Amino acid sequence: MLNTSRPCQPQSGGFSFENSRRNAVLEGNLSELGYSSPKARKTGTTIAGIVFKDGVILGADTRATDDMVVADKNCMKIHYIAPNIYCCGAGVAADAEVTTQMMSSNVELHSLSTGRPPLVVTVTRQLKQMLFRYQGHIGSSLIVGGVDVTGAHLYSVYPHGSYDKLPFLTMGSGAGPAISIFEDRFRPNMELEDAKQLVRDAIVAGIFCDLGSGSNVDLCIITQAGVQYLRAYDQPAQKGKKEGQYKYKPGTTAVLTKTVTPLPLDIVDESVQLMDTQ
Amino acid sequence: MERHYMDSKIKGVSTGTTILAVTFNGGVIIGSDSRASMGGNYVCSKTINKLIQVHDRIFCCIAGSLADAQAVTKTAKFQISLHSIQMESPPLVKAAASVMKELCYNNKEELQAGFITAGWDKKKGPQVYTVALGGMLLSLPFTIGGSGSTYIYGYTDAKYKPDMSREECLQFATNALALAMGRDNVSGGVAHLVVITEGGVEHVVIPGDKLPKFHDE
Repeated sequence: MLNTSRPCQPQSGGFSFENSRRNAVLEGNLSELGYSSPKARKTGTTIAGIVFKDGVILGADTRATDDMVVADKNCMKIHYIAPNIYCCGAGVAADAEVTTQMMSSNVELHSLSTGRPPLVVTVTRQLKQMLFRYQGHIGSSLIVGGVDVTGAHLYSVYPHGSYDKLPFLTMGSGAGPAISIFEDRFRPNMELEDAKQLVRDAIVAGIFCDLGSGSNVDLCIITQAGVQYLRAYDQPAQKGKKEGQYKYKPGTTAVLTKTVTPLPLDIVDESVQLMDTQ
Repeated sequence: MERHYMDSKIKGVSTGTTILAVTFNGGVIIGSDSRASMGGNYVCSKTINKLIQVHDRIFCCIAGSLADAQAVTKTAKFQISLHSIQMESPPLVKAAASVMKELCYNNKEELQAGFITAGWDKKKGPQVYTVALGGMLLSLPFTIGGSGSTYIYGYTDAKYKPDMSREECLQFATNALALAMGRDNVSGGVAHLVVITEGGVEHVVIPGDKLPKFHDE
């Protein structure tokens, strides 16, 4: 059922690299002409997570970039895995999205099979085994957080398949600014409001100090009692208001002459097609 | 930050590390630092565990790509545990080291991880084995590995004595780790040491500020 149930047998399938040489030659030809092949859209992100007194808080920005253009100003980077487990994704947008959806399905099946609610460590293990199998070609970095019967847990999983368990984590291109906020102000067993403020500040640091992150802050608070998904918890980078009216009134520029030339048009061909609207 | 890992020769998160294992009279000490880096200028984790227990009296320390090392040690742990159940006795340290070697040698094209396996068994007592990147297996009285090891080859060659006492050995290992962590930028954090003897396993953690300081610090 799950692709991890036979560890000793070699895996069949996976990526086929038959076209890599041809692609490399094509890339070379394109760059000679001055063009470059389209790149996969990355989320260029700031994602963060902390463990606080009652559970886990995950935070993310909402900008998706396409090289130097913002492709999506309000995308969702905190993905649902299970009722008590959510996952933030950074890296290639499609990879993060599909990987988390696959994990969500796997975890649902596993949970039905065991008859128990899922554990955060189960999700982490399946994720890292899958990412390791693809040797880093699936470019998604993930922060998995949730509250299960054993408590609140936070794991990071890197594209090559390594993982780490820590009380606070940041990933993505804006991880540097965000981790500096955590390093300064994180305390174990923080209260809910302080913890929300801390995660919000970390994401805002990423939004302002990293070009790949921007727009709003999304938060997801997971506790034993349930999940609170706060979409657009904060909007630090709103468009500025114009100071005054910069449009010119009609009549500012005087009209001296006005000439109207009608263009004669003849009907060349007319055909009628009946649509079958049964 | 993500761009940086493309430049490094180690793919993904690297343990860029200092690891060592030393035999003494009655046991073996295995030690490492605790830093995981990405691209040579971002520390992903300050407190990563590089000493993996593969069986009751056998530990393994990892160097190189963290993803490869974690995957290999998980597989090795399972295989050694199965082997031990089939043999109905604790595994030999050499058996554990051989398992690591098989995995590294057979997958040498894809993997980028090196290991030091150390432990105690009833047949030969305390032993240290090193499995290098391509799958070479060597048995040695003491060994060092990782990027930080280059800075302490002289120190360890000069200061190692066979049949040291537990305290002398602990001091030797701590000093070696401290010296390497002081010179290598991708080694740091705390020093993890595990003392393995017939009687049991003892984990000693020395925080960065309690490490021995040398004259210029």
